[in-house]
Amino acid sequence: MQKIGVFVCWCGSNIAGTVDVEAVSEAMKSVPGVVYSANYQYMCSAAGQKLIADAIHEHHLDGIVVASCSPRMHENTFRKTAEAAGLNPYMVEIANIREQCSWIHKDKEEGTAKAIVLARTAVAKLLHNKPLQAGTSAVTKRALVIGGGIAGIQTALDVADAGYEVDIVEQRPTIGGRMAQLDKTFPTLDCSACILTPKMVEASQNEKINIISYAKVEKVDGFVGNFKATIRKKARFVDETKCTGCSLCMSKCPSKKGKDEFNMEMNNRPAIYIPFAQAIPNVAVIDPEQCLKLKTGKCGLCEKVCTAGAINYKQQDELIEREYGAIVVATGFKPIDPSPLNEYGYADNADVITSLELERLMNAAGPTKGTLLRPSDLQHPHEIVFIQCVGSRCDENTKRGKPYCSKICCMYTAKHAMLIRDKYPDTKVHVFYIDVRTPGKNFDEFYRRAVEQYGVDYIKGMVGKVAKEGDKLMVRGSDLINNQQVEIAADLVVLATAIEPDPTARSIGTMLTASMDTNDFFTEAHAKLRPVESPTAGIFLSGVAQGPKDVPETVAQASAAAAKVIGLLAKDHLVTNPCVAYSNELLCNGCSQCEKVCPYGAITYIEKEVRGPGVREVRRIAQVNPAVCQGCGACTVTCPSGAMDLKGFANKQIMAEVDAICL
Amino acid sequence: MIYSYYPGCTLKDRAKEMDKYARASAAALGIELREIPEWQCCGAVYPQASDEIASRLSAVRALMNTEEGKLVTMCSACHHVIKRTNYDWNRDADFRMKATNYMKPEVPYDGSTQVLHFLEVIRDEIGFEELKKKVVNPLTGRKIGAFYGCMVLRPGKELAFDDPENPQIIEDFIRALGAEPVKYPYRNECCGAYVALENKNCAETQVDRALNSAIANGCEELITACPLCMYNLVENATRHKLPVRYFTELLAEALGVKEG
Repeated sequence: MQKIGVFVCWCGSNIAGTVDVEAVSEAMKSVPGVVYSANYQYMCSAAGQKLIADAIHEHHLDGIVVASCSPRMHENTFRKTAEAAGLNPYMVEIANIREQCSWIHKDKEEGTAKAIVLARTAVAKLLHNKPLQAGTSAVTKRALVIGGGIAGIQTALDVADAGYEVDIVEQRPTIGGRMAQLDKTFPTLDCSACILTPKMVEASQNEKINIISYAKVEKVDGFVGNFKATIRKKARFVDETKCTGCSLCMSKCPSKKGKDEFNMEMNNRPAIYIPFAQAIPNVAVIDPEQCLKLKTGKCGLCEKVCTAGAINYKQQDELIEREYGAIVVATGFKPIDPSPLNEYGYADNADVITSLELERLMNAAGPTKGTLLRPSDLQHPHEIVFIQCVGSRCDENTKRGKPYCSKICCMYTAKHAMLIRDKYPDTKVHVFYIDVRTPGKNFDEFYRRAVEQYGVDYIKGMVGKVAKEGDKLMVRGSDLINNQQVEIAADLVVLATAIEPDPTARSIGTMLTASMDTNDFFTEAHAKLRPVESPTAGIFLSGVAQGPKDVPETVAQASAAAAKVIGLLAKDHLVTNPCVAYSNELLCNGCSQCEKVCPYGAITYIEKEVRGPGVREVRRIAQVNPAVCQGCGACTVTCPSGAMDLKGFANKQIMAEVDAICL
Repeated sequence: MIYSYYPGCTLKDRAKEMDKYARASAAALGIELREIPEWQCCGAVYPQASDEIASRLSAVRALMNTEEGKLVTMCSACHHVIKRTNYDWNRDADFRMKATNYMKPEVPYDGSTQVLHFLEVIRDEIGFEELKKKVVNPLTGRKIGAFYGCMVLRPGKELAFDDPENPQIIEDFIRALGAEPVKYPYRNECCGAYVALENKNCAETQVDRALNSAIANGCEELITACPLCMYNLVENATRHKLPVRYFTELLAEALGVKEG
């Protein structure tokens, strides 16, 4: 019989408030196998750990159960305590009597009864535990960054700076992302391109950074330190090594009906194009949907004018396979399409635009060369209404928008309003808002400047209708402070649309088995303490992919993610989880079910001579590669013959737990 | 097909023609609207206080007396009150209990009645394509605008009639009858409703804005499903006038059953 010690933690009043800890430790004393039971105020404290270590020595314990918080909090702490006291660290079991008990119960009697069951269950499991030894695996010293916006660029630069190789995979023909589309940045009003493009150039010139643009990550196998990714580099029909970016082809291309994605489709671009002047790589790309040569076989003008001989209509997609130690998700965002919010009339009126469209209208490289003209008649607007929270902060039940605050809109709207009042003092600017949210360094000062120095008319209330009357847009809303309805005849209406994760985020999340929230933002390993890591080991989060952020926050998080990546790549070996699956050769019937469900490709089948009582024959049996297995347990529940089992979570252990609960 | 039918008080008085044309059209479409026995006024206004029980009892009685499972309404206001009461019945246990205790019915209402506006019957049960086939007198060339008002659309989740910000059911209806529907932005606004009694000016502003918008977009006539909208659109228009008819009249005309 094993000798087991049980240690019940009060967690201050977190547990002791709704669980009678004295009663729990007393009850444990009569559980078979338990030779020692105690309780203490903070078991995770140095004194608490000493109590455990002393008991291990004094009572010659073979295993311990700590009834405390979730194993996600302190399992590691107590494993180390046990190891230091001479126990195998896998002879430790945690009974979660906090998150799964004290926090959800109000009645102390009920809470105590349940805590006793949970602790008893952990003892039952522990009686079947076996000492396990962790192995090691090597680390591939290269990082993959998915997304080449400011988040991806910053992470890549920092990782490269530490001496590691980084690949940036960007789905668009150029890196730069959303920040490249911005005209000015708040709260300093510096030109966005002027601060972004040097970073883009730096990334392209850094010999440790490899930019794979117009590409997508198609498949990822492996695990932390040992990922293998397949990247599809789409055919751009232009040889990247030859194109000089002279843009002669663009001026000669007869097909000019492609929508200019960089300018939010407000103007057209040729079928062969470079997205914008500072694009990186500065290489043309052919849009196969628009190219006459690719569609009809006739034309070929760009090939004729290209002095570098870079055009290649026969170019095919290219598949790149590469190994990485870490993967950073920096997939960014897009503004929502406000068309379904019919009260704002976006779909029906050319002069109702989104803030990102306004950004392009105010930019010197935009469709109006930086002069603010409204889209319908290219006239200068004299009265502009901004509407905040379009699709943000919506009641979840109505399904009319996002439940969250998009965070950046208050500030960029103040910026737009101020810039317009500064450049066109004859223009009246109104802003409808629910709340103005400006926490951030120099943010509130910035907003107050818009109101106090630039005379922007802020109206607290939402807009109920935007209706076209003649060449005006009648904007009707409520003014909650004056308690009245207001109607403004506007020339231009700008919607501060909610932002949402890039549409590719969900499939990338699935591919990486990185968890996401219901809004498709990537979930961090811990909301406060591990904000740049995914719960999936080796996956890191950078920028808006994790949640709405402005540029300074994105850059800060990008560098933080880089620090985590560097910390990982700096290791030569990683300690592997010994809780892996293994197959019982005698029971395996060679059906291959486990191989099919294994998400990590850890199971292979071999022909092997199987020896057992009355058995001696060559059979086809499953074999688990412990370096690749992540211990998810999918194979153990799939195996029809019960041959597959998981160390540390063996079928016998689970059944013992179930029995102990049902006692 | 037989539907239970709740006409409502107005359709027995000021809006008799709405009822008359509805019955004639229904017959032409091969359905029967069977008036439920001993119905009372729907309550006219859905109560704003969630603990107000009494003014919803009449609607509960109508729902209870629906023998055919589906209760058809014609007037927007009746539809609004009865549909929302039914919605409450299926979600608010407190209301259900108090109303049942008060009424002491032999068999308590089980919440299974489906409330359908006649336009919903046409869209969801008959189908606009079928309606189109039954039209004998297509209203070709007529430019007709729909005035939805608010009762039939809002709150959108409870009424589940159409998108309250951009409805299209009546436009589809107009198109099925062979006429040209004209969309204008103020078609889903409030007509002024009962505020006309104490602040006539407010109602006039609402109506004038709607008519102005309808005319600017090319409407030559309007249809509505609401007697109160009809009243305001006709009585409180100060700047422009447009002919306003009930949608059932237009339907009867297209189906060739208006006379007789």
